[in-house]
Amino acid sequence: MGEDTDATPTLNHHGFLPDHNYVTEADIISTVEFNHTGELLATGDKGGRVVIFQREPESKNEPFSQGEYNVYSTFQSHEPEFDYLKSLEIEEKINKIRWLPQQNAAHFLLSTNDKTIKLWKVSERDKRPEGYNLKDEEGRIKDVSTVTSLQVPVLKPMDLMVEVSPRRVFANAHTYHINSISVNSDYETYMSADDLRINLWHLDITDRSFNIVDIKPANMEDLTEVITAAEFHPHHCNLFVYSSSKGTLRLCDMREAALCDKHSKLFEEPEDPSARSFFSEIISSVSDVKFSHSGRYLLTRDYLTAKVWDLNMESKPLETYQVHDYLRSKLCSLYENDCIFDKFECAWNGSDSVIMTGAYNNFFRMFDRNTKRDVTLEASRESSKPRAVLKPRRVCAAGGKRRKDDISVDSLDFTKKILHTAWHPNENIIAIAATNNLYIFQDKLNSEMH
Amino acid sequence: MPEVIALLPGTTFKTSSGMEVSVEAKRIMVVALGKLYSSRAQRGGLRLHRSLLLTLVMKSARDIYHAAQTSTENMEEEQGEPRPSEAEVTTDSSGSQELQGPASPPHLAAEWEEQSGGKNEENISSGPPQHTRKRRGRATAEPDFLPCKKAKLEYGTAVIVSSVLVDYTNCSSELGSSPIPLQTVIAAC
Repeated sequence: MGEDTDATPTLNHHGFLPDHNYVTEADIISTVEFNHTGELLATGDKGGRVVIFQREPESKNEPFSQGEYNVYSTFQSHEPEFDYLKSLEIEEKINKIRWLPQQNAAHFLLSTNDKTIKLWKVSERDKRPEGYNLKDEEGRIKDVSTVTSLQVPVLKPMDLMVEVSPRRVFANAHTYHINSISVNSDYETYMSADDLRINLWHLDITDRSFNIVDIKPANMEDLTEVITAAEFHPHHCNLFVYSSSKGTLRLCDMREAALCDKHSKLFEEPEDPSARSFFSEIISSVSDVKFSHSGRYLLTRDYLTAKVWDLNMESKPLETYQVHDYLRSKLCSLYENDCIFDKFECAWNGSDSVIMTGAYNNFFRMFDRNTKRDVTLEASRESSKPRAVLKPRRVCAAGGKRRKDDISVDSLDFTKKILHTAWHPNENIIAIAATNNLYIFQDKLNSEMH
Repeated sequence: MPEVIALLPGTTFKTSSGMEVSVEAKRIMVVALGKLYSSRAQRGGLRLHRSLLLTLVMKSARDIYHAAQTSTENMEEEQGEPRPSEAEVTTDSSGSQELQGPASPPHLAAEWEEQSGGKNEENISSGPPQHTRKRRGRATAEPDFLPCKKAKLEYGTAVIVSSVLVDYTNCSSELGSSPIPLQTVIAAC
């Protein structure tokens, strides 16, 4: 599975000062996303910037650098704004990036902050016209009297330049904070979800959107749940799912009604009364939901577990994986230091056989659904020398039997959290965001998915 | 390997640890209030999801606090011990009698109103509608015809919540003198 994973050199693209343990908040990575072929990897950060990495094509000349990701383009996607009406600052932090499927030479991606979604076009320019009649090479207008003959400008090769331009800005459609965007399989529409509403957009139309889910109560004092994540089905353009802070999932069919407040299916696991605590509501809130590539399953993440649901079974999840159950006795401390509100994402591998999610102390976990084996790995400079094999880690409960190299629960660093992870669509390559650092791990031995 | 779920000490509902649960619940409520207040100054505006979760935790802590208080009082009633320290702010002996048998809600409501005075009106989570302020709200509305035992619990809530808020106001000078009721924090979004 993932034990024989090579580490490529860590890609530190955001100004980490090696002498001090100081991280600029703007450099903290807030989202990671591969495109549909896995050739490109985009990251967004708290400072509103997007960095795109491109995978180098494998070459026979340099076998060791095959398949490495290097910076392809960097641009400022969102700037901080101020809502004068409400006297509120709108953060520039990039909440989500989603790639559009590629339809021509250019690449398109959607990026969103709390309020505004933008469509960006990423294109390459590797030729430029030379030999103008009226302009010289620096672009200055020539004196007409010096022109003695006419020439046709010719396209000459130039150093590759990657140009990024905003093609659409989808603004002013959300009163609450946007948490998700999802591109539809029809390649024409996409949705954006905030705490209480989900809107459907056409990619070409920015001045209108359709509201398809609205869970705002008439009286805000009756509010009991919010939308936490939403995603379109990978194949059926009429189906989408959204998760709630109560731990439920709702599958909605846009063919049934214009307003999909009434769900087609409701996925909910009955609460175990013996596990009830002060914090039951907080830890049952779903922080991420992802369809499997097949479209048959759903993967959800709440504070302590990851669950796989079968679309055909609403009563309970198919599988439940304990991510870090040793934290269950520490919930009060995690509540006081705010960690209990952390929103972890989750990911499927290309063949839907393995799921992955992050944890604390820069640990991340992978669960093989078939073999039922799981592994804990660490994303850190010390354990990730280039070409090194990642060593599985183990957390032992306080006072429990401790093996060499185990970490006890009390030594975990809760400031080092892995909230965002992504898995290449076809190969065993994963991208892990650890605060302001991006780690890319490749499984060279088992590069084919099985 | 079997899964071991270890609950916080004090989250059990045994009457012997009733006081521990009360202390824990109170602390959780105070922390929730602190977080709700500090989130108002947060960059990016009030986060609805976080505010909702904090409110739910507060409500959960309040409910558990009451369950612990009631069972502690029941136990002590049986053992004939004096009431816990909160007795100082409860009503006179008529309150303890009402735990056993029914009493008319209006009578209790009048007592409660007299005790709480104007300052607590904002912080009360239930009570007779005719004494409520317009914007006072709760996560769940409760009718005013409940048997007196429940009414007594609600009165207890009023006092505990207000004392928690007063404690917090005393500690933190930035808050000013008017604590905002729980649900209004969310409605302000």
